[in-house]
Amino acid sequence: MIQVREITKFYGKKAVVEKVSVNIHRGKITSFIGPNGAGKSTLLSMVSRLMDADTGEVLLDKSKVKNMKSNDFAKRVAILKQSNFMNVKLTIRELVSFGRFPHCKGRLHEEDERMVDQALEYMGLIDMQEAYLDELSGGQRQRAFIAMTIAQDTDYILLDEPLNNLDMKHSVQIMKILRQLVDDLGKTVVIVLHDINFASVYSDRIVALKNGKVVKDGVTNDIITSDSLREIYDMEIPIQQMKDCRICVYFNS
Amino acid sequence: MKKRYLITAVILLSFLSLFVGASRITPADLLDWRSEATEIFLISRFPRLVAILLAGAGMSIAGLIMQQLSRNKFVSPTTAGTLDATKLGILVSMLIFTNATLLEKMAVSFTFALLGTFLFMQILDRIKFKDAIFIPLVGLMFGSILSSITTFFAFKANVIQNMSAWLQGDFSMIMKGRYELLYISIPVLIITYLYANRFTVAGMGEDFSKNLGLAYKSIVNIGLVLVALITTTVVLTVGLIPFLGLIIPNIVSIFKGDHLQKTLPHTALLGAIFLLICDILGRIIIFPYEISISLMVGVIGSAIFLFLLFRGKAYA
Repeated sequence: MIQVREITKFYGKKAVVEKVSVNIHRGKITSFIGPNGAGKSTLLSMVSRLMDADTGEVLLDKSKVKNMKSNDFAKRVAILKQSNFMNVKLTIRELVSFGRFPHCKGRLHEEDERMVDQALEYMGLIDMQEAYLDELSGGQRQRAFIAMTIAQDTDYILLDEPLNNLDMKHSVQIMKILRQLVDDLGKTVVIVLHDINFASVYSDRIVALKNGKVVKDGVTNDIITSDSLREIYDMEIPIQQMKDCRICVYFNS
Repeated sequence: MKKRYLITAVILLSFLSLFVGASRITPADLLDWRSEATEIFLISRFPRLVAILLAGAGMSIAGLIMQQLSRNKFVSPTTAGTLDATKLGILVSMLIFTNATLLEKMAVSFTFALLGTFLFMQILDRIKFKDAIFIPLVGLMFGSILSSITTFFAFKANVIQNMSAWLQGDFSMIMKGRYELLYISIPVLIITYLYANRFTVAGMGEDFSKNLGLAYKSIVNIGLVLVALITTTVVLTVGLIPFLGLIIPNIVSIFKGDHLQKTLPHTALLGAIFLLICDILGRIIIFPYEISISLMVGVIGSAIFLFLLFRGKAYA
């Protein structure tokens, strides 16, 4: 379990994340939702150590994240940021192999090669493993990056807006894969999402942020209600039940 | 671009380089150990060949590291102020120590090259508009500012003549006793190879590196030290060789991608080949005189550079 305790981050004098405490449960998908500028990405960056918190602390299975060695941390928590603007010409296989970097420092052993093969297989990328990243479509590239985190073999996978710039088909594909990672491989996934319907349909727990503070934190069904959403987004959002899914109809509210 | 073709080309061109020159030397002459030919061979031809190989491989690798770390295909010692900072360093060493030894010059200009490159990387960090063409333009401007400072003080101190000797890359002055500094680039190249994977990861950005548990900042700093070391040794022994660090890594990248562990040997070999060809041509065109290497590389290199630019930004 990842425990975030009273974490605060200032940009200049403005607190973008203020005294946030959240627990991230093992073996679940947790979605961070909230309006623009709520501090979702900043919170995720601090959990993954990309950014240092000004006050407060993050515990990973009871030990302080701050005191962990970077390499040990990289074996347990993987973070994918969407803003990775990449113009590096690497093949899919080379990229996925870098997922083994914390384990082998770039010298791939048999074990590492096997993990890379498995990750490629899992993401259905075996046939195109020699293709260069800059030749791929957005969805394929996103799959390649997720394959890399699978090869990194961490318990926790953190993703910052993984559906950005993806069409519906690829968005659904990526979310289904994340669901499988949790259900089949026992991973713990944390995602920053903009589309609340993806959060509603695919996640186990939802943490809602607003103005740098947690306004809601609980299992999905408790958060996806008109009352909670009004508090989060200041919008009147009717909820429709479609079989097992709750769909938020926010388009004309 | 197969490695074994490149190696064959290096060997053939090296052989050619050893036996082209104002005084005719044939392989047969070398059989007599005490002949004049052998002496010329050992004092001039062989050092020249080693210098070309090391400078060619070194400058190309320096460019490759810079492009990887700055994540811009048009950044190189020429376009990021490294060469100009080195020049300024040489001037300062000449002004401080009246008769600067090679080692003193080396130390001072290395410091300047390192500071200059570091400063450029800092500027790069602060630029919001990260356009592929814009960044090297900033680098060129930065280099020109350094260069004008150098010219100003060189003029004041009356050492312009002396300075310009360093401006032009020239292999004809390479002789036994004057090029050995270049051997520093051999361990530097080996270290670069050992760090190849780390540089590749660092080239994907700070967040990406941190995710893989890599100490991003220290890798970048190590890279800059290596670049400054290579540049300083080359400028001090041979002089400025423009464009080399720019075009060679780009050509290799187009064919072989950006995985440094795979592309480093190709980059080093192609750099050596390119410089060998330029040098041999320079020696043949107005035989028995020769055209300086910086002019040869400048002409051929800028043509290739323009070609790369027009090829489109796809590779930038």
